[in-house]
Amino acid sequence: MIRISKRGKQERFESGNDESRKSKQFRRSLVSWIPGFLLICLCVPAFPTSSSSAADVVIGSKKFTESYVLGEIGKRILSDAAIPAEHRQGMGGTIILWEALRGGQIDAYPEYTGTIATEILKSDPSLSLDQIRDSLEKLGVGMTAPLGFNNTYALVMRRSEAQRLGIHTISDLRKHPELKIGLTHEFLEREDGWRPLRARYGLPQQDIIGIDHSLGYNALANGSIAVKDAYSTDAKIEQNNLVVLEDDLQFFPKYEAVFLFRSSMRANAIVALGRLEGTLDEARMIRLNAEAERARNYARAADLYFERSARPNALNDSFPRKLARWTLRHLQLAGFSLLLSILVGIPLGIVASRGGAMGHLILGFAGVVQTIPSLALLALLVPLPFFGISVRTAITALFLYGLLPIVRSTATGLQDIPRSLRESAVALGLSPLARLWKIYLPMASRSILSGIKTSAVINIGTATLAALIGAGGLGEPIISGLNLNDHVIILEGAIPAAVLALLVQWCFDLLDRVLIPKGLRL
Amino acid sequence: MSALVQLLEVSKRYADTPALHPTDLSIERGRTTVLIGPSGCGKSTLLRLIIGLVEPDSGSIEFNGAPIGADNIDNVRRRIGYVIQEGGLFPHLTARNNATLMARHLGRKYQETKERLSELCQLTRLSESLVERYPLELSGGQRQRVSLMRALMLSPELLLLDEPLGALDPLVRASLQKDLKAIFAELKQTALLVTHDLAEAAYLGDEIVLMNEGRIVQKGTIIDLRERPANPFVSEFINAQRGIASV
Repeated sequence: MIRISKRGKQERFESGNDESRKSKQFRRSLVSWIPGFLLICLCVPAFPTSSSSAADVVIGSKKFTESYVLGEIGKRILSDAAIPAEHRQGMGGTIILWEALRGGQIDAYPEYTGTIATEILKSDPSLSLDQIRDSLEKLGVGMTAPLGFNNTYALVMRRSEAQRLGIHTISDLRKHPELKIGLTHEFLEREDGWRPLRARYGLPQQDIIGIDHSLGYNALANGSIAVKDAYSTDAKIEQNNLVVLEDDLQFFPKYEAVFLFRSSMRANAIVALGRLEGTLDEARMIRLNAEAERARNYARAADLYFERSARPNALNDSFPRKLARWTLRHLQLAGFSLLLSILVGIPLGIVASRGGAMGHLILGFAGVVQTIPSLALLALLVPLPFFGISVRTAITALFLYGLLPIVRSTATGLQDIPRSLRESAVALGLSPLARLWKIYLPMASRSILSGIKTSAVINIGTATLAALIGAGGLGEPIISGLNLNDHVIILEGAIPAAVLALLVQWCFDLLDRVLIPKGLRL
Repeated sequence: MSALVQLLEVSKRYADTPALHPTDLSIERGRTTVLIGPSGCGKSTLLRLIIGLVEPDSGSIEFNGAPIGADNIDNVRRRIGYVIQEGGLFPHLTARNNATLMARHLGRKYQETKERLSELCQLTRLSESLVERYPLELSGGQRQRVSLMRALMLSPELLLLDEPLGALDPLVRASLQKDLKAIFAELKQTALLVTHDLAEAAYLGDEIVLMNEGRIVQKGTIIDLRERPANPFVSEFINAQRGIASV
């Protein structure tokens, strides 16, 4: 759920082309930026139709989940005020929506302050709300007050430690060069991340480590680090009793959600939209996005805002049902990729067993694939055409991982056949194919099966990462648990995955008895 | 009597070492020819050249008057039986399946193959109750009998035996030597046997071919070799073996 909702957040920046916007896409762990990245590639702005509408007020939205949801909510609040309203969904990117608003095809649409400042007003992202409002007014456009959530980077500390050291602002960090800082890898590396922040504030700290976003909260809690970067809307700031250090030099731009509307829009509509101000905090928006993604129905997410509907079905799912769903998907991922690994790995192993340049090439390739961290392999595949955020990508990555053990064990098994037996097969006058099929492969069966077993167990383990790219499986609760810092949820996925690995191992041990010829088991 | 196999100026080198200098040799039909000599003399190489496990660097090998090449080697192999020291039985197949592997591969009739197997069990004096066993469940001598059955399954024109009894203990070895002699006689089998044991060569061979350092030193009967040695090496070789035998 959380994973999906983050994607929604990231999607907001789909048309971003300036650094501060992009920073948002990469802000979180891989969990969130991969989907965002793909969506950028896929987002082809659709031009609005200029047909006039029967509705009094037309609300537009950008082409990503959160905008759809906000657009839908806007339409509802108008309808509730007895103003006939229409929601024109997913019209495109910022510029298209802005032009449509100026041109009168739409009357209002949801937008973010940072985007307004940089992309629409071509100004500094640190413009104040009032400055933005004034500039818009001159263009005949009004803006509501912020709806309640802002997504931007922030530095956080434990409240107790911040109080003890008297640190309230990022500037205050200058007085404490001994503090250890743990930052997400994205933030560390980004051009508009840690380095310019440090330069801007002249921060003296030397002890900087890169750490996963979620694990960083644990590190912060147990005192391993004193400061970390966070998403300012992150629910964990409250949960962990942290304080956001004031960005006193306004380094981080603000991205507060607002509605833009034509100043000429009917007054009661402006009032109605105003009712949304300050009503949507981060936690709530996350839930709405998640519901929209889950149900593929924005109206339903809007319902949730108005609390017209029951809790979403996913939350009603009993644990056994969820477990069954995760496990089934997990087995599909691991099983299908294993099948591919076998179908490709055994022939490659046969070729590799003959040695020579080709053999070295194959074993070398399979070996190199194995050395790529699984997370990195997923990340490398996602931007490629054909792959992206899909089950296909997960299966491909797992397939590549499963390859080496099978290729190697096949090659080794074949090479270990004594020369005298190979020669006996040749001397009998068996054709090369018959030798392979009737003699060599059965003799290498133990080794080949052990390679397949290794692949299967690796695949069961690695398949948990598939959840990172939305492919589901037992990784789903693990990732959610990591993000929520909830050990119970992590175990809901981790224990079944471990049990599954053991079961698979056990099944293969049984399979050995069937597939390895009896004569080799004496 | 015509030659079944004819080697003409056949030579073979492994890397920088000549294994076989250009050599002529004919294997006569219906006779048992024994290749003997010290380790590395080229006797196994000669055998392996005939069955096509190694290719000659020069010269030609004719089987039944036709030169052996890549195009006909599998056919030739099916007309040759090959037995090696450890038997070369495939561990994943039972004795029966080892022996009938090629017959089944060639689609021979089941009944025919089954009868041939019983026949061979009698010939090689292997109890038929053992044919369902796997090689690992058989003794060394039993394995060699199965290996011989496999080699004889398709009634080959030529039987190649590369130190077939080398790994057996003396009693089993003696018993198998006797059986081999009987089998060769009964089948009028053309056989080429490699050994380093002169007594075995003398017992089984119609003709003994003594080799040293990749060359044939002398051909003839054991009496020829003993009475009319071609050079001092022949005497030395024969005396060395007799010396050990008489201890």
